Amino acid sequence: DICLIRSSGTHSSTGGSTLLGYIGIDTIIEQMRKKTMKTGFDFNIMVVGHSGLGKSTLVNTLFKSQVSRRSAGWARDEKIPKTVEIKSVSHVIEEGGVKMKLTLVDTPGFGDQINNDNCWEPISKFINEQYEKFLKEEVNITRKKRIPDTRVHCCLYFISPTGHSLRQLDIEFMKRLSHSVNIIPIIAKADTMTTEERQEFKQRVRKELEMSGIEFYPQKEFDDDMEDKSDNDKIREAMPFAVVGSDKEYQVNGKRVLGRKTAWGVVEVENPNHCEFAQLRDFLIRSHLQDLKEVTHNIHYETYRAKRLNENGGLHPISSSDTQESNL
Amino acid sequence: MDAILMQEKLVERLLCPRVRTARQKEKQYVGFATLPNQVHRKSVKKGFDFTLMVAGESGMGKSTLVNSLFLTDLYKDRKLLNAEERINQTVEIIKHTVDIEEKGVKLKLTIVDTPGFGDAVNNNQCWKPITDYIDQQFEQYFRDESGLNRKNIQDNRVHCCLYFIPPFGHGLRPVDVEFMKALHEKVNIIPLIAKADCLTPNEIKKLKDRIREEIDKFGIKVYQFPECDSDEDEEFKQLDKELKECTPFAVIGSNTVVEARGQRVRGRLYPWGIVEVENQSHCDFVKLRNMLIRSHMHDLKDVTCDVHYENYRAQCIQEMTSKLAQDNRMESPIPILPLSTPDVDTEKLIKMKDEELKRMQEMLTKMQQQMHDKDQ
Repeated sequence: DICLIRSSGTHSSTGGSTLLGYIGIDTIIEQMRKKTMKTGFDFNIMVVGHSGLGKSTLVNTLFKSQVSRRSAGWARDEKIPKTVEIKSVSHVIEEGGVKMKLTLVDTPGFGDQINNDNCWEPISKFINEQYEKFLKEEVNITRKKRIPDTRVHCCLYFISPTGHSLRQLDIEFMKRLSHSVNIIPIIAKADTMTTEERQEFKQRVRKELEMSGIEFYPQKEFDDDMEDKSDNDKIREAMPFAVVGSDKEYQVNGKRVLGRKTAWGVVEVENPNHCEFAQLRDFLIRSHLQDLKEVTHNIHYETYRAKRLNENGGLHPISSSDTQESNL
Repeated sequence: MDAILMQEKLVERLLCPRVRTARQKEKQYVGFATLPNQVHRKSVKKGFDFTLMVAGESGMGKSTLVNSLFLTDLYKDRKLLNAEERINQTVEIIKHTVDIEEKGVKLKLTIVDTPGFGDAVNNNQCWKPITDYIDQQFEQYFRDESGLNRKNIQDNRVHCCLYFIPPFGHGLRPVDVEFMKALHEKVNIIPLIAKADCLTPNEIKKLKDRIREEIDKFGIKVYQFPECDSDEDEEFKQLDKELKECTPFAVIGSNTVVEARGQRVRGRLYPWGIVEVENQSHCDFVKLRNMLIRSHMHDLKDVTCDVHYENYRAQCIQEMTSKLAQDNRMESPIPILPLSTPDVDTEKLIKMKDEELKRMQEMLTKMQQQMHDKDQ
């Protein structure tokens, strides 16, 4: 008899001894998972928007931890900085055995001055500096096993909920930076608009983004296949998400919920009828976190790298003794 | 006989000192206590006017608030520009006038709108068109007042400026401070916290405290409510005190009617509740309306006329007279020129005449001295 070696698509994890031709390729997923759990993830998120739009509160709400020091509100002597500053803060958070090193890049001073010309430049410079750091490391003769990744994977841009349309500064910023970083525009402090006002505002904002040629994440051109496209189309239709952030809990209908308590009711942050925070969180963290990193690495970083290698005849590999920089 | 009459009269006087005859009563009563009524009747016939300016970035709810305050729809035909269209727009000044009548009293209300303020990327001096406009109104009034025909002077001076501070910040922003400092000596500024329904009561209190602190720190002179008269009753004084402690007012505007607690009220319908515009525990709209319209409208006009306009006028006159730079000129209370344009030729003429006058005066004093010496 000739025994046919057949690899079967399914197998029982308890090891069915009747499956003759089982190779075990699919266990590689499990191996990868174990490995990544051991090494952990890096995620770098930047928040941009003028002061008071609830950036710090939102990030804390998203990651359910006090990632941003400023969540307690302004200290008495905190002033608006005269130029845009870039402040990075890292925390390691853990969930279900998975460790994530989350770095929050804050940009205080953006859009707060009377004259905001070129206030996006420090931000653009910072993003390119991170690409440069990574590039230098990559080009080394003796490279580190795991290149420390400080590149900005995602930039949350906070739109002021005026109810009218985007402001000029919003368009200027997003136009200039949407080709070097993944921009996710969100409508901040959405509890200032009724449901109809919010829908109208979103439509107007989307139209303006389209007219200005701003490609926000998830960008149409990077959809891999039909499945991706249809998923991402749904998300693009619903963007920009109108969110409300809060780190306080209140009792509503016998449950404890995160919310904001006013004289006329409690705005529940995770209630999809109240705002779109849950959608943003699911999109950002539960489904597209890895994709954000991949697009940053495969597309934005590669674009930067190609540009750099084409100028001045390219970079020369440097020995590790020249780079004294430590990670982060 | 006379003595008895006199005695009777004396007794009468002593016993009933206050009894007077009807005729004597008429003599005592002059009748000018009706003056306020006469003024009232005349003003009602003439009608009132009030010019209100609203300033702040777009999307702060200025138009909605104005419509809510005066129960009108002033902005029916307004088209909202999108960001591309607004790129090269400068700050404009747009006036809307509406005549409102209530219980026989006519009010000609002018709203001065300032679209484009604070919307650009570079907002340097974006308040200049606004200060220029206010100065222009003062200048026009000054000319009219100094002119010959003063019967129908049009008063277009801005009586009050509502400045909308965004609720999203942590206090005053640089543009807020600069704007208010540029205008606080030209117009009555009333700062408001816009769209207050996105703040919790705690946040509102913190923001108000912070704004009041910063207003003091930067020396901004916002409109101060006049002190209560000492003979007002306690309730009024209490209300007045509460009003003062509540500034800046946190307001919400709406002209849509919603159903709340079994009543139809003006408000905003959210999935988590209904904000009632006229509910004092929800926002300070009622306080603002009462203050602006029901109690302090006249005082706002008075302060504009007596303080801001007079400052402008004094400044203007000083500038004009300092050009001529003569001592006796500075002391004369009336400006020499009721002319419409102090152009160069007339100024030259005036200067010549002044010098002539001076020479004549010198001659006169010389002559007087000579005469005095002669007498000696």
